Amino acid sequence: MGIANIIFIVVLLAAVVLFARNVGKIRRNIKLGKDVDRSDNKPERWKTMIRVALGQSKMVVRPVAGIMHIFIYLGFVIINLEVLEIVIDGALGTHRVFAFLGGFYDFLIGSFEILAVLVLVSCIVFFARRNLIALKRFKNPEMKGWPSLDGNLILIIEILLMSAFLSMNASDYLLQARGVEHYTAAGAFPVSSMIAPIFSGMTDAGLVALERFTWWFHIVGILAFLNYLVISKHFHIILAFPNTFYSNLNAKGRFTNMEAVTREVKMMMDPNADPYAAPDPNAPPPEQFGAKDVTDLNWVQLMNAYSCTECGRCTSECPANQTGKLLSPRKIMMDVRDRVEEVGKNIDANKGEFKEDGKSLLNDYITPEELWACTSCNACTQACPINIDPLSIIVDMRRYLVMEQSAAPMELNLMMSNVENNGAPWQFPAADRANWINE
Amino acid sequence: MAEDKIIVPTMAEMTARGEKPDVLFWVGCAGSFDDRAKKITKAFVKLLNKANVSFAVLGAEESCSGDPAKRAGNEFLFQMQAVTNIEVLNAYEVNKIVTACPHCFNTLKNEYPELGGDYDVVHHTQLLQQLLDDGKLTIEGGNFKGKKITFHDPCYLGRGNGVYEAPRELIAKLDAELVEMRRCKTRGLCCGAGGAQMFKEAEKGDKEVNIERTEEALETKPNIIATGCPFCNTMMTDGVKNKEKEGEVTVMDVAELIANAGDL
Repeated sequence: MGIANIIFIVVLLAAVVLFARNVGKIRRNIKLGKDVDRSDNKPERWKTMIRVALGQSKMVVRPVAGIMHIFIYLGFVIINLEVLEIVIDGALGTHRVFAFLGGFYDFLIGSFEILAVLVLVSCIVFFARRNLIALKRFKNPEMKGWPSLDGNLILIIEILLMSAFLSMNASDYLLQARGVEHYTAAGAFPVSSMIAPIFSGMTDAGLVALERFTWWFHIVGILAFLNYLVISKHFHIILAFPNTFYSNLNAKGRFTNMEAVTREVKMMMDPNADPYAAPDPNAPPPEQFGAKDVTDLNWVQLMNAYSCTECGRCTSECPANQTGKLLSPRKIMMDVRDRVEEVGKNIDANKGEFKEDGKSLLNDYITPEELWACTSCNACTQACPINIDPLSIIVDMRRYLVMEQSAAPMELNLMMSNVENNGAPWQFPAADRANWINE
Repeated sequence: MAEDKIIVPTMAEMTARGEKPDVLFWVGCAGSFDDRAKKITKAFVKLLNKANVSFAVLGAEESCSGDPAKRAGNEFLFQMQAVTNIEVLNAYEVNKIVTACPHCFNTLKNEYPELGGDYDVVHHTQLLQQLLDDGKLTIEGGNFKGKKITFHDPCYLGRGNGVYEAPRELIAKLDAELVEMRRCKTRGLCCGAGGAQMFKEAEKGDKEVNIERTEEALETKPNIIATGCPFCNTMMTDGVKNKEKEGEVTVMDVAELIANAGDL
């Protein structure tokens, strides 16, 4: 074992430890959300995860982006098998330790190369879609600054990683052909053998340097990228799985029932209840209705926010957004993540206790105007490739506005007082309800 | 309308006679009070009469399902409405409910069970399809033969509850040409009325949702824009008027199409 191997092991361990620590923080942040029971119907949950996350069934609704996304996804999953070999080679100083697999190894390396090209092409196309073609949904106001940079950085990093991978193989291929010591012949190189002529003028030492540089660049790049995930929208590659597993399995039209309200309504309707009864001194303090801040949301909603990769399919299908309203379901998810991150940092800075910062998700991040633009049509939840539910957040925040602040738009207050007084959203006497029969 | 008299028993009347209908027709607020929607209600009742369906309405005992209150975030008002309605429905031992309003349909079907109201709830297009399949109702006459009809999916029927085919199969039975809009079924665009928007001005924007949707419907060059929701009907009708196409294009409920296929 040489000094290079020791450096490699140290870098590897540091990257893994740092990643685990930051994932732990995200986990803690998600658990700031209220409890919600999603442990029912496990078979259906597994099926949903396999179909939607693993099978990418909702991605291909838009075929061009969908198929290219599958290339990148397969590339990511399959080429990472190669990372296992790289890690062992790096730790032990071996060269292509799985070469004993023979023909199967050739097949593996060959397929990785083809996938790498597909990933490269897809990333370049995606980069062009974001920057040259400038699709509308990548240009919404919420995408200004970091979100756009984040999207581009991910693509650039992937392009660099794939280029390093193919250059590494190309130099390896030449070194193997030249019979240079340590570079025992192993693997099939359908793609890099075509790149190899670019480097064929180089000396053996130059090629070894190139091979080592690209090898290190590739693996350190992957470890750095791993740690980039936690601050990036790209974290979806991990959370897409639990996010689909715990997604809402009920009919989309069904909104949650508020138990706290049911208790009060039942009491109000109970003819035996004593209206003058003193409140039970042991009763828990009355619950706040609806969501004002991220801690009023449930953990699935917070996980949704960390799972969102800001693709904007929700926003591009949203009728309100299409007609120029302020509402963007994607922004709702981004705001929730930004706010929960802010709350998390506050907790870290104050020895594990949240210190009131005078801010909240409502108003400081999401305005009532956005919330009131929603038609609750479920286009956003249908469009989301990983079953994120912005609508449930909008509804929870409307509940806070209406039930805690009585801050509904005036016309809605009118509608609600009609429902309350005459059992219809319009001002018609309840007694006239059956008049249509004889009209 | 003397020649096509409708027979609409109420639950109270039937119960007084010691009878119980097979199905309760939940008319809904729009179907009871809105002039346009009342025509849909009557068309549907004619079909129920024709198919000899044993049904009744609650009449003055019906009250808002609470849908707009719930969508607006007023869970209190919603639950007050729901619990009151459930008391009435349970007192009449109602098992099966049909409604021509996807909002009532969704609320009764999905949101009442947790509050003690468990019923078999169907949308009127589903019941009509069943009646036609069972031969209890036949389409006579071909008033819509060869007509181009596009169907606008109500959100709470389609995406909300996965009912896409029943209304389409009914349209197919008219020998009409069903032309789909660019965005239909799971990707259908909202009419703009859902989520209690029906009762308020839209937030500031550069276009009304119903205009966007109507333009898309008109792209299919239809004779008729069909839908299955009184609110969608209002929104699309307004859209057609806005585009000054009311002379060429009519907005109709699927029940009206079936009822008018042969001058019923």
